[in-house]
This record gives sequence, C-alpha cells and structure tokens, in this order.
Amino acid sequence: MLDMIIDFFVIGAKIGLILLPLILAVAYTTYAERKIIGYMQMRLGPNRVGPKGWLQPIADVIKLLMKEVVVPSGSNKALFLLAPILFIAPSFAAWAVIPFDVELALANSDVGLLYILAMTSIAVYGVIIAGWASNSKYALLGSLRSASQIISYEIAMGFALVGVLMASGSMNLGEIVKAQDGGLLHWFWIPLLPLLVIYWVSGVAETNRAPFDLPEGESEIVAGFHVEYAGISFALFFLAEYANMILISVLTTLFFFGGWLNPFQGIPFVEEVTGWIPGIAWLLLKAGFFLFLMIWLRATFPRYRYDQIMRLGWKVFIPVTVVWLMILTFMIKAGVGPWFTGRGVL
Amino acid sequence: MTVESVVFYLFATLTLVGAIGVITMRNAVQAVLCLVLTFFSAAVLWMLLEAEFLAVTLVLVYVGAVMVLFLFVVMMLDVDYASLKAGYTKYLPLGIITALALFGGIYWVIRSEVFGVEQMPEPAKHGADYSNVTELGRLLYTDYFFAFEVAGVILLVAIVAAISLTFRGRRDRRGQSVPMQHQASKEERLRVVSMESGPRQDGQEKTEKKKRIRRKKGGGS
Repeated sequence: MLDMIIDFFVIGAKIGLILLPLILAVAYTTYAERKIIGYMQMRLGPNRVGPKGWLQPIADVIKLLMKEVVVPSGSNKALFLLAPILFIAPSFAAWAVIPFDVELALANSDVGLLYILAMTSIAVYGVIIAGWASNSKYALLGSLRSASQIISYEIAMGFALVGVLMASGSMNLGEIVKAQDGGLLHWFWIPLLPLLVIYWVSGVAETNRAPFDLPEGESEIVAGFHVEYAGISFALFFLAEYANMILISVLTTLFFFGGWLNPFQGIPFVEEVTGWIPGIAWLLLKAGFFLFLMIWLRATFPRYRYDQIMRLGWKVFIPVTVVWLMILTFMIKAGVGPWFTGRGVL
Repeated sequence: MTVESVVFYLFATLTLVGAIGVITMRNAVQAVLCLVLTFFSAAVLWMLLEAEFLAVTLVLVYVGAVMVLFLFVVMMLDVDYASLKAGYTKYLPLGIITALALFGGIYWVIRSEVFGVEQMPEPAKHGADYSNVTELGRLLYTDYFFAFEVAGVILLVAIVAAISLTFRGRRDRRGQSVPMQHQASKEERLRVVSMESGPRQDGQEKTEKKKRIRRKKGGGS
C-alpha cells in the first residue's frame, strides 16, 4: 500500500516537472508572440508591466482568473464547462512520451508516435463540444470549421509520420531520434524533406494558427468556437492552443531535426567545444526556432480562404505524401546513405 | 492493491458508467459522448493487458475519427424527441425480444464455462524489452499475411463503394476552380479607361454646380 502511494507521488512529481515549465513556457510564448509581431509591425509590443513588459503574461493570467465565467442561457451547462477541459487534457497528456534527452522521458513507450497521434486527434472533441454547447450560431460554425480542418490535416500528418516510421524503423520517439545519430546531415530532414514541409504546415493547421485560423476568423464569425467563453474557461482554450504550438515544434524537432542531438556532431573541433551542452538545451533551441517560425508565419501571411484550406489538405498534401512514401521505400531498399546504409537489399 | 488494480477498477467502472450512460441519456449528443468515454476506458483496460498497439489504435481510430463523425451527424440532426417516444408501447415487445436474443447470444459465447476464470489462463507478463508492436507486426506480415491483404482489399472495395454510392454531386455546381483563378490575368479582369484630364471648356459652370451638389450629398471629391 505504501509502495503504491509512493509510486503515485513519484509519477505526480514527474508530471509536475513537465507541466509547470510547460505552463510557464506557454505564458512567455504569448509574450514573445506579442513582442515579435510588434517589432515586425514596427511597434513596441507590451512594455509597461514590469521591466520591458516581462510581467505582462502574469498580469494577463491574473486578469483572466479574476473574471467571471459567463454561462450563456440556453447552453448545455455541464458540457459547456467540460469542453475546455477536454481540449486542454490531451494537449498536456501528449507530453508524456516526449523524450527530452537520452533516457529522459516520462514514458518510454514503444507506441509513442501513435500515442501522440491519438492524443492530438482527441483534442477535437473539446472544439466540437464547445461550439455545440454554447448554443450560438458563430460558435457552432467555428467548431464545424475547426473539426473538419483538424480531421483533414490529421490524415496528411499521419501519412508524413508513416515516412518517419519507415525511415527510423521504430514508433518509439527515443529510437527515432537515435536513428538520426551522426550529425546535421544524418538527420531525417534531407530524405524526408517533402514530408517535413507537409508535417509542419499540417501542424500549423492542426493548431488553428494563422494563416489557417479560420475557426476563429474574427472578420466572419467573431471568435469561432470559443466566442461564448470568458475568464478562466477562455484561458484554458488559449493555454491549450499555445501548448499545442510548443508540442508541434518539439515534435518536428524530434522527427526531422535530431531531437536532443548536437548539430555539430562529426565536425572535428566544434564537436569537442560544444560537447558540454546538454541535449535538452539543443532540443529546446531547435524547438524554439520552430516556435518563432509559427509566430513569423502569423505576422506574414493573410488568412486562407476555406475551400483553399480543404483543397491544400486533400488534393495537394495527401497525394504528395503517398508518392514520397513510395520514393522513400526505394531509397531504403537501395540503402541510400548516410541515412539508410546497411538496410538496403538491392 | 497495486497501482495496476487501482487503474483497472477505476477504468472498469468508467467503462460501465459510460455504457449505461449511452442507453439512458436523453440527449443524443451526451449519449455519443458516453460512448466515447466507454471506448476510451476500454482502451485503458487493453493497455493493462499489455496490448499497447491495439489500445492506442482504438483511441486513434474509434475515438479520434469514427466517433467524431458520429458526433457530427448527431449534432446536425434536428431530432424531435417527442415523436421518437410515440411508438414506444407498440414496439416494446419486439424490443424486448431483440434484447433477450442479443443477450442470450452474447451470454452463450462468453458464459463462464467458456470464458470463466478457471478456463482462461492468466495472461503472461512480459519483460520491459517485449514489444507488442513488433510481435503484432511479425504475425501480421508472416503467418497471417494472406488474411491481412484480403482484409485490406475488402476495405478498399468498401471505400470505393461508399464513395460511389454517396457521391451524386451535381456536375453543374458552381464551385470555384483554383487553377482557373490562378490563371486569371489582369487583362480579363481590369479595363483601363483613359479619361481626358483638365477642366472642360464648354459648360464649365454646369460641372461646378454638379460638384457642389455632390459635395453636399457627402460623396467623395
């Protein structure tokens, strides 16, 4: 009995060690986004709360926590309050299988990749229920848009990951990174370049970020599925969206850019000099680049038209992935190096 | 009580609660959500049996895709619950017979003489290096390769059939063709009209008057 309680506490502590920095990262991603977009648009961004505006996210959190949660009349109260929780739970749960360094993961699972796909596909329930339970036209339209967008892009995303599976020969995220060992040119971004582009763009679409943010297209449907939410229930949607952004950035790094591996591996002098840097620092650095890219995209591109989004997903991405999977098969069977040496049969 | 048994009882209870919810909820959307809960808890139970691959696939396929479509359909339906209850007494005997037949059939297959604790051996525990995915893949692509391929072909045929049955879209619909939009050039959309500039010589007074009137109405220059 005591063992069990200790077990629970140990697991709980590990979960806390992942989630607390994650929530802090989410808070400061919002700050970074406002600052970066501000500078890109020749503004200053938030700079009043605390030195250089550093306390802005804290102030935002306190403001959102203090606000009243308004439940609209005619809504389904239980489901209305359940929806944000259903949205945020999978985006946190997905972090369970992320390896931050060699042997540094909460769960070193052999189905890690499938688990990630499963968790990201569950998040759609939060969106659908939020739209339906709000009893509002705009919310329902937004949730329909969001659901069809998430389902469409999930297929392209899944196919892109099949390529990663084939290249690494494992569904274990740690093994996938280990298969890319050997320096910048050994990472999967070269043999899987089209899949990388598709995975990345689908990831942006899955998180409902600009230029794919039609579910909350404010010019058409106010704020989409979370139009009726206020205070902490709105904050949960916001939190989940940013947690998903960070998740997609980390996943792209793991699948295509060698995760925690040192990019200077194999270069004689630089490798020794940078050897002391821990793997987690490389992972966060690479993920940070992709996070920046997402914010950059938002500041740069106008919103897509809805039928163009669907066309891109179904008629461009899915055929390209299927073709590239065939090419990849030949590459693996021919043992094209340095990625597939030793696996060729031709 | 180990951690495993706590998890088992928790999720077994959730499975049953969800299953009862499916048939007792008055609102169809809530019933579908209960079914989602049932699937999810069943997946956790499979996970306890060391069938990780099947468990995660259950969540991915049924919870993540099939039930989302279910929810879509149910949400879009405009169900009149009063009219649904109309034939209740009329169909009750038939319903009871169906329920009994179904229950009997299931009971006959999984009764305790066949599936009881005495009959079934305890599932073997495997070490940390045992990979359920690898084992499943090896079986599917060696021993059961033929069956696997046949199942794949049947699914493909089902997809083609389902699409050809449901797709009867109008051929003359006015959808936007993206290639045509891309090929649109400035010449076919824009007509540049050259207007002579400068004040007109004849009837200058008249145009001045017009301008004044326009200004009064609040229209541009």
